[in-house]
Amino acid sequence: MATQTAVLERTAVRKTAQTGDTVARLVALTFASVVLLIVAVLVFELWVGSAAARHKLGWSFLFSSDWDPVTEKFGAAPFMYGTVVTSVLALLISVPLGVGAAVFLSELAPASISNALTFLIELLAAIPSVIYGMLALFTLVPLMRNYGEPFLKKSFGFLPLFRGPAFGVGFLTAGMILAVMSFPFIISVSREALLAVPRDQREASLALGATRWETTSQVVVPYARLGILGSIFLGLARALGETMAVTMVIGNDPSIHASLFAPGYTIAAVIANEFTEATGSVYPAALVELGLVLFCITIVINALARILILATTSKGSKRP
Amino acid sequence: MLLRWRKTVNYIMLGLTGVCTVLAVSALFVILAYLLYFGGKSLDWNFFTKLPAPPGESGGGMANAIVGSLEILGLAGLIGIPVGFLAGVYLSEFEDKAFAALVRYTADLLNGVPSIIVGILAWALVVVPMKTFSALAGAIALSVMLIPIVTRQTEQFLREVPMALREGALALGANKWKMIATVVVPAGSKGVLTGMILGMARIAGEAAPLLFTALNNQFWARGLRQPTATLPYMIFYKAGAPYEDWHREAWAAGLVLITMVLVANILARMVLARGISVPRG
Repeated sequence: MATQTAVLERTAVRKTAQTGDTVARLVALTFASVVLLIVAVLVFELWVGSAAARHKLGWSFLFSSDWDPVTEKFGAAPFMYGTVVTSVLALLISVPLGVGAAVFLSELAPASISNALTFLIELLAAIPSVIYGMLALFTLVPLMRNYGEPFLKKSFGFLPLFRGPAFGVGFLTAGMILAVMSFPFIISVSREALLAVPRDQREASLALGATRWETTSQVVVPYARLGILGSIFLGLARALGETMAVTMVIGNDPSIHASLFAPGYTIAAVIANEFTEATGSVYPAALVELGLVLFCITIVINALARILILATTSKGSKRP
Repeated sequence: MLLRWRKTVNYIMLGLTGVCTVLAVSALFVILAYLLYFGGKSLDWNFFTKLPAPPGESGGGMANAIVGSLEILGLAGLIGIPVGFLAGVYLSEFEDKAFAALVRYTADLLNGVPSIIVGILAWALVVVPMKTFSALAGAIALSVMLIPIVTRQTEQFLREVPMALREGALALGANKWKMIATVVVPAGSKGVLTGMILGMARIAGEAAPLLFTALNNQFWARGLRQPTATLPYMIFYKAGAPYEDWHREAWAAGLVLITMVLVANILARMVLARGISVPRG
């Protein structure tokens, strides 16, 4: 009798325990599903919100370069152009700088110094973008207007890229500030990819008589190339979607110019500036559609970056 | 001769990588120096106690923006931290392979979505139905940014808790939820807390999602259903205007904001997470 009650009690305890586990699992699962729900709602809202513009303008929206809210003519081309030009300029500066610094931090600097410097560089990534924008507006813009752009015009004025009046605000300044904002990502992710390169690869190369630099450039960097590429895509995604800093220095001119000194516009900047004042049905829908375009671009770039970073770090840890 | 050439190349190129590092790190110090010099010059007691002054009048402050920022951040944390934390617990402890991989990947994608687009989401979900810009809409926008950060950081720090601790708890007869609540989470608590602080520091500086959700306000916002001023928005607004006094206020606001963000970062990374490697969001 006594044993029977004990057994019954034990099964009861086990049962409550099991229900407890099921409940805990369900709660956690529900909250994990919230993440999926948010992205689903985001895509839904962007799609529905842009419906009016998509129906009225169709595919020509992507290729037209008109932007006139009064006559309800909208085209994404100048904004896509500005987004791409500023991001490419940013990468031209931040990739050599970032990969160079990552090589120094992983190959040359002693671990303690490398960690301290990486800490400082990661603090740089924590600075709010509106502060980058303010600094650029108050310091970089006058510098570029008075010294940087006149100098470039004098030295490289034969190229159409460096012609025209120097405003200070424009593609070049926006690209420079984006470079500063994207290299912390490139440095810290590239450094990790370089650190994941097995030690014997370096030793083998050095033993064959290669110098430190030859080892780095011909063995270590090629070994970590996917991770470095991933870090570049990560920096690119950040530059493409960056809003505040660019909005403050891009000059807000929805037209396509060959000159890098000219003021322009980016997708994120036009949404930031015009969204609250957009009236009617097509104008806000056109801005939401620009958001949809930007969303698709950054999703693709980010997905590529994640895959590349995952590929190198797992490869590095598997091979001893 | 050839060897000498190779050695020269070696030294030059390695020297250049050092130059790159110096340039990168000095960017931080240049930024801090500018903010300390111009912000320090303009920061006074009025900044913390007075409302914004109209152009041409000096002595204005940003008391309402400081309170507004704290209010929106607090609310965003109240929504985002529990959701992100429990989602992270799910990813680390209840792994159903396929679904967990989907959630993990989606969280990473959400983390990479430009902040201005998160603003559009909160605008469509909150501002349009309520027919007014509000602190609530701003808080929801920021919590959407916070959730994936806290999810992934919680997951990664809980994963670092040794398997032996889990097995020990189970062997003593604890069931799974008890093991998670009393062993795994306390063991990973330092890291999890670090992740939460870093997430809050990240959204504290965001202005883009607030542009058409919380908007701005020159006065005190009465309640969560009104447009509310925040520090990042004020910096954008004042720096872009053509008035000297406003520029000074923007510098002061920049100094206050960056102090908050950097102190949170340094505390979280150096004191709380000493010896733990912090994954990037």
